[in-house]
Amino acid sequence: MTDLLQLIVAGTATGGCYALAALGFTLLWQASGTINFALGEMVMLPAFAMLFLLNVAGLPLPLAFLATCALAMAVLGAGFKRVVVDPLIRHGVVPLVIATLGLSIGVKQAVRGVASAEVFTFPSVFSDTLWNIGGLRVSAADIGTVLLACAVVAALQAFLSRTLTGRAMQAVAQNRDAARVLGINVQRMVLYAFLANALLATLAALLITPVYLAKFDMGETLGMKAFYAAIIGGFNNSRGALLGGVIVGVLENLVGAYISSGYKEGVALLLFLVVIIFRPQGLLGTVEERRV
Amino acid sequence: MTTRRTALTLGAALVTAALSYPAMAADTVKIIDNVELSGTGVTSGSMWQKGVDLAVKEINAAGGILGRQIAITHQDNQSQAQIAKAVATRAADEDPYVMLGPIFSGDVNVAMSVAAESEIPMIMGGEAVNLTTQGNQYVFRTSFSQANAMPKVAAYLAKAGIKSVAIVWVANDFGKGGRDTIISELGKRGIKVAADISTEPGQMDFTAAVVNAAKSNADALFAYTNEEESARLLIALRKLGYTKPIYGETVLTSQRVIELAGGAANGAKGHVGLSVDAPNPLVQEFGRKFKAAYGMNSDHNGIKGYTAVYIVKAITERIGKFDRKAFAKALHGATLLAKDYPGVLMDVTYDDKGDLNRESYLVEVKDGKQVITEVLPPLGKQ
Repeated sequence: MTDLLQLIVAGTATGGCYALAALGFTLLWQASGTINFALGEMVMLPAFAMLFLLNVAGLPLPLAFLATCALAMAVLGAGFKRVVVDPLIRHGVVPLVIATLGLSIGVKQAVRGVASAEVFTFPSVFSDTLWNIGGLRVSAADIGTVLLACAVVAALQAFLSRTLTGRAMQAVAQNRDAARVLGINVQRMVLYAFLANALLATLAALLITPVYLAKFDMGETLGMKAFYAAIIGGFNNSRGALLGGVIVGVLENLVGAYISSGYKEGVALLLFLVVIIFRPQGLLGTVEERRV
Repeated sequence: MTTRRTALTLGAALVTAALSYPAMAADTVKIIDNVELSGTGVTSGSMWQKGVDLAVKEINAAGGILGRQIAITHQDNQSQAQIAKAVATRAADEDPYVMLGPIFSGDVNVAMSVAAESEIPMIMGGEAVNLTTQGNQYVFRTSFSQANAMPKVAAYLAKAGIKSVAIVWVANDFGKGGRDTIISELGKRGIKVAADISTEPGQMDFTAAVVNAAKSNADALFAYTNEEESARLLIALRKLGYTKPIYGETVLTSQRVIELAGGAANGAKGHVGLSVDAPNPLVQEFGRKFKAAYGMNSDHNGIKGYTAVYIVKAITERIGKFDRKAFAKALHGATLLAKDYPGVLMDVTYDDKGDLNRESYLVEVKDGKQVITEVLPPLGKQ
């Protein structure tokens, strides 16, 4: 029983990291109908930016994180929207999906060219503290990650439902034309979504890189898992991203421990397929009707 | 008139260039390195490449091999067996004197047939047992075969009073070979395998493996994975509070893994065939040169790459000519003493299969450093 709980706790922490990235998928989809398959690389880039600021500029981790947040909002938020999304979105989702796939490959190879294909160690924001609760060993990193992911989801939910800007963003997500008629600055709301996505990616990088280690292709697995998590939880629901992330993280651990590590990587894909077939709106998502 | 003079000048230049080309080519000796510079083996491959480059630089600065400069080319096999084979095939077409690499046993396993077919010696970094049991006369190791290393590890565990072990291994040729050999050696010493846990190459999350190892209640854990995975495993073991002794063979306690795992590597023990901290002045001098050149400590792969090039130099000078068949024949059964050939760093003996034998070390990671706890003599000299 303790082993099972151990797997669930650790899986929840990993799932929390997936959830932060998955939130980026749901936010962009809701705000601008964008599917971003370069999301994994948007986690990898802040990881390398933080490493640069830590090792070359000599900044402490908190400062490196804050500086990377600002940089990510400018480049991965506003820059990505302006350079990639705005020119392509008018042609539909498919060209944008293809463009982000290309961007993913390009970014990976660029980082490989600059930083080499080697793996780099990354400091943890949490201490090494380990608690033993009735035989269950819980690390500060696991608890911190879960709490942080929950807090981010709760804050995002509160922002979207209780603030004027959040409601305006929701209005844009539901009906752009109606939102425009109501006097909402649609482009600004969309930009906010991109900025929030960049922040979430940077936070995910901070939490997951100490365990995964920094490498040019570290975003491949993470991006894919986050996409599965977003679909499983519900592409149009922020809490769904958290649920999807946790389900993927926990299931991976259970399959790895009780079946085989060989099937571990496939479990998210299997669940993704089941959800797509039987509940395409995701576990917490709502059915969307679109005019054609 | 001017046009005619220009044409004559150009013609003379072309003739001079054409005549000088064979002379330039004759002044160099081509070596192609088939190495893991991306993919899951990049950590090993990068170290190997650095070691090779350092040796080539030193040898060329000292006049080359038999007066010829080494022209080294590194070709990335992306840590994929089929690409390693393609790289070897393309390399053979370029008619090199010797091929170096690959490092990963799976890559060596498919690439080494090219060495036999083209009769080009291949000095590689693989450790799986089966690489030198297939009768290939052109394949030579730079490190112990698992068949030589695992008995030392098993004896170490037995001496430490370990009665049961949880084995965590990576599901590739290297890991499978190591797992099979250690299980056999543990069995001979009455040590029980309490858990047999396979993991995937490139695996990110080792929670399930650690939980299963802890659940087995084994006296110790034996890890046999590649560099990146070893670091992630050590981090997961620390994070989940695994308290039993952790043992490994070569990789787990290597400099690069210690660097990547940080404090999580402390306490890990194991057997290593090569270490820059070895009580050997030549090896320590190499370690200093490596650090000065690259700003980092060399691990076993750096030493393997470095000694590979010096083995080429030593054997070529011994036979006195650039003859690939004679080279392979001379290396089988050869003993190279470090006092005669300092670049090989340690006395080494090759057998008729391409396996090598030399002294090795038991180590423990203390305060982020690999500390040698015992020097083991070459097999057969105990």
